[in-house]
Amino acid sequence: MDVLRKTPLHAVHGQLGAKLIDFGGWHMPVQYTAGTIKEHKAVRDAVGLFDVSHMGEAYLRGDKAREIVGKLTTNAVESAPVGKAVYTLLCRPNGGIVDDCIFYKRGDREFFVIVNASNQSKDLEWFRDHANEHCNVEDVSDITALIAVQGPKAVAMLDGMPGDKTGTLAAMPSFTFTDAEIAGVKCVAARTGYTGEDGFELACANGDAVALWSALLEAALPLGGLPIGLAARDTLRLESKLPLYGNDIDDDHTPLEAGLGWAVKLDKGDFLGRDALVKQKAAGLERQLVGFTIDPAARAVARHGYAVVQDGATVGTVTSGGPGISVAGAVGLAYVPVRLAAPGTQISIDCRGKIVAAQVVSGKFYKRAK
Amino acid sequence: MSSFPTDLRYTADHEWLRSQGSAWRVGITQFAVDQLGDITLVDLPGVGDLVTKGQRFGTIESVKSVSDLYAPVSGRVVAVNAALKDSPESVNAAPYEAGWMIDIEPTEAAEAAELMAHDAYTKHVAAQ
Repeated sequence: MDVLRKTPLHAVHGQLGAKLIDFGGWHMPVQYTAGTIKEHKAVRDAVGLFDVSHMGEAYLRGDKAREIVGKLTTNAVESAPVGKAVYTLLCRPNGGIVDDCIFYKRGDREFFVIVNASNQSKDLEWFRDHANEHCNVEDVSDITALIAVQGPKAVAMLDGMPGDKTGTLAAMPSFTFTDAEIAGVKCVAARTGYTGEDGFELACANGDAVALWSALLEAALPLGGLPIGLAARDTLRLESKLPLYGNDIDDDHTPLEAGLGWAVKLDKGDFLGRDALVKQKAAGLERQLVGFTIDPAARAVARHGYAVVQDGATVGTVTSGGPGISVAGAVGLAYVPVRLAAPGTQISIDCRGKIVAAQVVSGKFYKRAK
Repeated sequence: MSSFPTDLRYTADHEWLRSQGSAWRVGITQFAVDQLGDITLVDLPGVGDLVTKGQRFGTIESVKSVSDLYAPVSGRVVAVNAALKDSPESVNAAPYEAGWMIDIEPTEAAEAAELMAHDAYTKHVAAQ
């Protein structure tokens, strides 16, 4: 039997009564005692803590780091100002997506990157395949913990915690990062997240994770905060239409098909996949990832793998789907032919033999109040 | 491990049955609820529908997954818990009481012998 990998917070999750599951080889909390719906709402209304230490982290350093990062990424990562955290895709030469990730630009000679747990080995190999002696790739996944603090009360909470950046974190723009010491723990604090809410993601050394988590939880609980499991992480990201690698994006789909063209800068200079994406853009798309909603009256939920049908034939596939928690009815994402991709189009989904009407919608299903 | 009420009968599919006069009241066990997580939707048959032992009589959607409900005995549906339409969370909160699903008037009396008593079900769950 394979031994499941554990984050440095594994024992803490057990003490908190979490239900732990095998998640891609990691023993991770799928929910805590409150349950998924209460956890989801705590993030929408107050603040939630997520252990995402299973995610991978690496440094790319060296004289050619800027050049190599520019070649690996679709977004303008390399030319971003120092201190920016940039969402980007990594593409194969054919335009298929290797992964989506966030690069932190520390300087032209040093970039930090956070990648999906399920793609850690693949990405590191990809980086090394395309780096050279002037760009060193250091995998720090096994020594780095990552805690996300998300929700409308997250920023003020963190800003008020003791540390060297107390009173300054709240002024940081979205998608920037800083080295910080919070509650005695040295970390990299980025104003990023995967929930559709404001907040931070904090990377620290494994050995400091319990101290940081404990301080955060102590600050969060009086605010109505909760620890949040992976099930609510998924409902939160889906309501905010944030793609999940392996579900909504993968090696067989391009960023343009996935509606991630905003993170592809075709004019930034050459990068892996650029030629294929330029061609695809010129030729026009055949299929597209769309968001859809199902009316609550239909009493149906479309899930990953269900077929989108038209005149009795399968024309597309649901990639993510589930019940709305902060929105009514059910929501999901599906690849459909472009003729069905316009907002307002009614599509049909085969929900286990029942043909259910769904509406194509643009934008996020859930939009937070500004 | 949760303990299961001693006055109920059980199936291997984690349903419970309570004798109610000439009918069986049917729901899902705490073990099933723990596996499913938060329940968001319960689809049940109508009063008067016939159900067949081992066949699907409804579906239950949780945040994470969808599951079929299988009839524990054959018979006619004589009552349905209509409150679950608007309050599916009752199944999480009180699976043996407010979270009941349907009452079945059995047509095959012999099928009752195949239901598990509390101790057999407890062993069944322990083996999962």
